[in-house]
Amino acid sequence: MEARQGFDDVAQTPSWFWGIFAVIITLGIFLFFAQDQAPYLVEYPRDWVIPLRFVISDWMQWLIKEFDLGFFTFKELTRSIAWLLEWPLSAANSLLATGFTFSTEPGAPIVLSPAPWIAVIIIFGLLAFHLSGTRLAVLVTGCFGYLALFGQWHSAMITLSSIVIAVPLGVSIGFVLGIAAYRHPVFEKWLTPVLDLMQTVPIFAYLVPVLFLFGFGPVAAMIATMIYATPPMVRVTILALKQVPVELVEYGNMAGCARGQLLRKIQVPVAQKSLMVGVNQVIMLSLNMVIIASMIGAGGLGFDVLSSLRRLAIGDGLEAGLAITFLAIALDRLSQAFADRPQTSRLSQSRRLLSHSQFTLVVLITLLISWPASHFYPALGVYPESLQITTSHFWDDLVKWININFFDQLEAIKTFLLIHIMMPVKHFLLKTPWVISIAVITLIGYRLGRFRLAALGMALTVFIAAVGLWSKAMITVYLCGVSVLFAACIGIPIGILAASNSRTNRAAQVAIDTLQTLPSFVYLIPVVMLFRVGDFAAMLAVIAYSVAPAIRYTILGIQQVPAHLIEASRAMGCTPNQIRWRVQLPIALPQIMLGINQTIMMALSMLVITALVGTRDLGQEVYIALTKADTGGGIVAGVCVACIAIVADRFISQWSHKKKMKLGLPA
Amino acid sequence: MTRTTPSPPHALHLQGIWKIFGEDANSFLQKFGTSPADSDLQKAGLIAAVRDANLDIHRGEIFVIMGLSGSGKSTLVRCMSRLIEPTAGELFFEGQDLLAISEKELTEMRRHKMGMVFQHFALLPHLSVLGNVAFPLEIQGVEKSVRQQRALDMIELVGLSGREDYYPRELSGGQQQRVGIARSLAVEPDIWFLDEPFSALDPLIRREMQDEFLRLQGLLRKTIVFITHDFDEAIRLADRIAIMKDGAIIQIGAPEDLILNPATDYVAEFTRDVSRAKVLSAKTVMRPVTPGESLDETLAHHTKVQDLAHRAVNSDRHMGVTDDDGAIIGAVDNQAVLDVLVGNEPPRTN
Repeated sequence: MEARQGFDDVAQTPSWFWGIFAVIITLGIFLFFAQDQAPYLVEYPRDWVIPLRFVISDWMQWLIKEFDLGFFTFKELTRSIAWLLEWPLSAANSLLATGFTFSTEPGAPIVLSPAPWIAVIIIFGLLAFHLSGTRLAVLVTGCFGYLALFGQWHSAMITLSSIVIAVPLGVSIGFVLGIAAYRHPVFEKWLTPVLDLMQTVPIFAYLVPVLFLFGFGPVAAMIATMIYATPPMVRVTILALKQVPVELVEYGNMAGCARGQLLRKIQVPVAQKSLMVGVNQVIMLSLNMVIIASMIGAGGLGFDVLSSLRRLAIGDGLEAGLAITFLAIALDRLSQAFADRPQTSRLSQSRRLLSHSQFTLVVLITLLISWPASHFYPALGVYPESLQITTSHFWDDLVKWININFFDQLEAIKTFLLIHIMMPVKHFLLKTPWVISIAVITLIGYRLGRFRLAALGMALTVFIAAVGLWSKAMITVYLCGVSVLFAACIGIPIGILAASNSRTNRAAQVAIDTLQTLPSFVYLIPVVMLFRVGDFAAMLAVIAYSVAPAIRYTILGIQQVPAHLIEASRAMGCTPNQIRWRVQLPIALPQIMLGINQTIMMALSMLVITALVGTRDLGQEVYIALTKADTGGGIVAGVCVACIAIVADRFISQWSHKKKMKLGLPA
Repeated sequence: MTRTTPSPPHALHLQGIWKIFGEDANSFLQKFGTSPADSDLQKAGLIAAVRDANLDIHRGEIFVIMGLSGSGKSTLVRCMSRLIEPTAGELFFEGQDLLAISEKELTEMRRHKMGMVFQHFALLPHLSVLGNVAFPLEIQGVEKSVRQQRALDMIELVGLSGREDYYPRELSGGQQQRVGIARSLAVEPDIWFLDEPFSALDPLIRREMQDEFLRLQGLLRKTIVFITHDFDEAIRLADRIAIMKDGAIIQIGAPEDLILNPATDYVAEFTRDVSRAKVLSAKTVMRPVTPGESLDETLAHHTKVQDLAHRAVNSDRHMGVTDDDGAIIGAVDNQAVLDVLVGNEPPRTN
């Protein structure tokens, strides 16, 4: 209803709109070339900056030092939450990585070694076999085998222990919140913007306040991980429950289900498959975040990558990065297999080789045999160093070789793109007067969604200027814009090709799956190898990270073009090219734009991480704030990134929505 | 009906039921009373899905609500079980005020006294046929062995024995709806709601399921509210039909009444193409007996014209029409039958 009105409104853009538009553009051109005529319009004056970051910092200080909740202080509250999470985490950590130490009397601690590596591999292999079959078992065993063989086991198990605790917690919290939102629309209305913000504020920005409130260490890292990974579960839960067919809910009511029965016996079982998609997302996001949270003391594989990036020890970083990749692939495929496992039916029951109880029994036996055995044969408990291999020297040498032999070529590409594309865009954005940029954003907002979007666009951009981060934000916009442009130029053609060719499609799907499985950190390794630090390296990492949705949505958009339209155009005698350009692409365009929207979101989140390779944008602000534990600075810069993301998201979604309405496609 | 029980005459009694969708529907009705004009509704941005529905459903009858899509029939049947809360009106089930009872009492009522069959079957995909049919009993906390036995009986009743362990997706549409029917009957409901139960099925299967439905009703004698958009189906199954349009009930009557005396052109539009011989009975086309007339044979008053046509047209015999007690109440001759068969204007009963 509302959308329909919005659509009609925009259909008749008032004539004064173009008048104002012309005035602003003229003024913009004038100011652009005569920068010193009105310097306060060109560059946001320093005196006008609202010291929001200091206000937030002071408030956080007050919160942690003085705020009293009556029976206990706020600090006691955060500390007790940390304490509560501490023991399951350390238990998991002991079990998988460090072993248990019971010191009954000083000097003679009783040590119980961690779960033997051989047992962990067997159990994960069996789980894979139990869920899906031999193929997955081989894959998972191979992935874990890499961890042992390349000496990544210990770090990987530290990472895994965070996942093992963070994922169930994140899933349960998300599930409960999702159900609450489903049942109480008012709560959902209130929760949605919070989720929006949580998902658009860059990852680093979470770390700052968490660091401040919970201190440095694995627990703080896990809390940050949960905050980051939970929102998708909430959304998936709400969506999955809403997608349960109305008739089934009506039936449940007619059968006389109480509310709990309806949920337990109808809604959750029916929505199970969608809910498992949420669980998969929580796992993947947790892994992504656990790696990044190594900056606030999560340790594990993330720490290895981070420290080797800092040392520019490419070989070590690459091996640790591959370890993350393999761990991610194994966990992803396992959770997908769990989601896709055939529902117990007559047919599949007979096909399943192990029953649940048999599986549990085998796991217990494996542990009971291997654990004591590892005390007699330590090689079973800890993978022996003598059997480890490393390829890091090879990679170091390879990079050296490439950099010696291809330095000129690589440098030429880099310089060309920097000088002819990247720098001009950057200068244009930085030199455009801030007033003009805000006015243009506001007008675009008005054109797309009348006053609501105009107000949103203006408020968020004014916020960025007001907190004094305008030029940093423009660098973010420039890096993001250029990266997205390249990502679109690569992704859309691949998508078009894949949509019409099943073999390309399969290859593209595998590529997308892999790209989306990799934690963002990993993307930094190859670009640093070849291009060291700077905007160009950052851009390459961002493109690689964010290209997947452009491909995926293009394929989806083209495949969604109704078959009868293609048939009709063929009947009219269109050539394949005509069909592509005149039928498929125009109809798929709104969907493709949604893909670009996703690409922008991913690019923004990756940009913040590329601060590690020396960009000078908002990401760097957040990163600096993190190293200085400057909560206010981190939050403000993080919110600015979120502002850019929200403006881009709302504008593109609205455009795509309007376009779809025009084409009569389902929104 | 001369039963002297204290129970009320009707299974279900609806009076002035309204369902208006939109914000502030309640205050709107209070303001405009029971007959708001269309323009008022439109101005307030409200949609009246059911307008002022008044009807009684008798015990043991098949009451069909017929209307095209968007006519409000599905909303109306949902109002009857409060799946959709009526905006205004009175609703009595077996003399009990359904709108006054608490959520908990309503749940109990649905568990034990109501059954419903859905257009798209609404079977639970994660449960087997047995699990689906036993589900309503499981919800009530009936012991496992008891509910399984009951479910097996129901499955046998609908002719699906041997498929207890199948999952819904492994069954054809017709079979799935048989499961839906078995499930709704498992609790032995007093009133049985069927919301377009056969609309999602192929025509041949639909026909078969209608026969099956009539067979079951012959065994069970339930009070039935049956929703359909198919007038032929309504004619075939109904004891009485209510025709709905734009949320309002235009006419309620037996199939013959609708054909002989359509209340509006809209109703007449539906009845025009219906084969009259299938609907009209001997009683409707008979003439008074001339005193002293000799009758060659007799037939029951509810015999359809279609079934007596062969005898009436091929011979010149006079046939007497008898009432339930066997007394002669009229006679049918071949001219009357021919009129019906060739579609001449049927005699109006005034």
